Amino acid sequence: MAALLEVKGLQAYYGQTQALHDVSFELVEGGITTLLGANGAGKTTTLRAVCGMVRTGGDVLIDGKRINGIATEEVVRMGVAHVPEGRGTFVNLTVEENLKLGSFVQRDKSRVGRDLDLVFNYFPRLKERLQQQAGTLSGGEQQMLAIARALMLGPRLMLLDEPSFGLAPLVVQEIFRIMRRINEEEKVSMLLVEQNAALALNLADHAYVLETGNVVMSGPASVVKDDEGIRRSYLGY
Amino acid sequence: MDLLVQQISSGLANGAIYASVALALVMIYTATEHINFAQGEMAMFSCYVAWQLIDWGMPYWVAFVLAIAISFMGGVAIERVILRRFHNAPALSLIIVFIGLLVIFNSMAGWIWSFIIKEFPSPFRDLSTGTTLVGPHDLGVVAVTLVILTALFLFFRFTPLGLAMRAAAQNPVSARLVGVRVGWMLALGWGLAASVGAVAGMMVAPIVFLDPNMMAGILLYGFASALLGGITNPGGAVLGGFILGVLENLVGTYIIGNDLKLTVALVIVVSVLIFRPSGLFGKVRVKRV
Repeated sequence: MAALLEVKGLQAYYGQTQALHDVSFELVEGGITTLLGANGAGKTTTLRAVCGMVRTGGDVLIDGKRINGIATEEVVRMGVAHVPEGRGTFVNLTVEENLKLGSFVQRDKSRVGRDLDLVFNYFPRLKERLQQQAGTLSGGEQQMLAIARALMLGPRLMLLDEPSFGLAPLVVQEIFRIMRRINEEEKVSMLLVEQNAALALNLADHAYVLETGNVVMSGPASVVKDDEGIRRSYLGY
Repeated sequence: MDLLVQQISSGLANGAIYASVALALVMIYTATEHINFAQGEMAMFSCYVAWQLIDWGMPYWVAFVLAIAISFMGGVAIERVILRRFHNAPALSLIIVFIGLLVIFNSMAGWIWSFIIKEFPSPFRDLSTGTTLVGPHDLGVVAVTLVILTALFLFFRFTPLGLAMRAAAQNPVSARLVGVRVGWMLALGWGLAASVGAVAGMMVAPIVFLDPNMMAGILLYGFASALLGGITNPGGAVLGGFILGVLENLVGTYIIGNDLKLTVALVIVVSVLIFRPSGLFGKVRVKRV
């Protein structure tokens, strides 16, 4: 299987501050890769670097084509859907408008209706809330809306930034179950950033551990999960 | 009684013009948090363009539509060429940029068309007859304004592009993540604001006559309307315009006299800022620091 996303020697900067020093990883088509690590390790920055939201050095390759320096809105058009930290919901717009925005770049307008049905199949609760302002949804529903909006793009790759953040364990389980279904049924590859390492390692097939802007460990998720040394030193559980 | 009806109807006509200017200001403010001080001079310039087209022999409504289209493109160009360079500039630099634009448009109009006051035609015959209670021009102004405002409302509410513009204004980061080209949305907003301003200008020009300083007072009323209704709320700003138009006329006629009318706008600006900074219908914004 070919690498859909390949990151080599990635550096990222916020103004003068260097946040990533040397991050390399791969994501195969149809796979789920997770980036783990403590607060400030550079996980969120890595996702932002992939979709052109920060200044970068090194290489970000999609299908072998270098995309550094391409504007975020153009990276989106390559089928990269970013579900940002804090969900990035348009809180003053209705659920329906949020979903419609998700398909903003969809050229084939006949697909939009079909994609909506698909989204309601995964998130039936959103259908009941269609005319509600997104800001009035519960945290779990907002996370569902964020993933649903990303799905409306018809993406090849989803970047998920802490989908479990601030949610009750039962809701988190439900969302992770849906993510697995989306990966299997829609063949959407996923790059997942999580604080909750146990959860992420159960879903992902590959894991990379970040520390202060560098990759310090990597391997198949099943191996990383069972390695007590890694778990104790970096994942803290 | 007749006087009252007359004052209210002409107040509504003035209000329609203030409402348009206020809306133009609010459109740019909600997207960028900038107050475009040059909005009035841009509208004045659009008026001169329309005047020139009419002078070349075009029918009024053709010139009207063409002037709106030219203003739209001008607005887009100003944002793309000038303002985009100042997106992250401090407020003070921006104020200077806007004042610069104001002076440029003012002088350019004077340079091209001279500072001599010109007559601008009204398509609604005729202004001279003071016999009817509600003048035809007043009626026409209100009608044209309502058509434009409705069209804008429908555009923002029901079209994908309108939705994308609202998204870009509310949350630019997320808008980029769904593929909205935020920079162009801002430029479109400028274009629309310039067009709405142009309409306001062409509606007021038959009353105040055409000269490079014609919009100075109108812009002040536009600010007052936007502040009164709530600078973050387009509907509120429009309503604020109509309220101010009527209020100004009534206060001018019955209390303080016409010479002091402009004071009404200033008093409103100051009182709103002191007592209710978010305006009548605006949202109170809480900023975490």
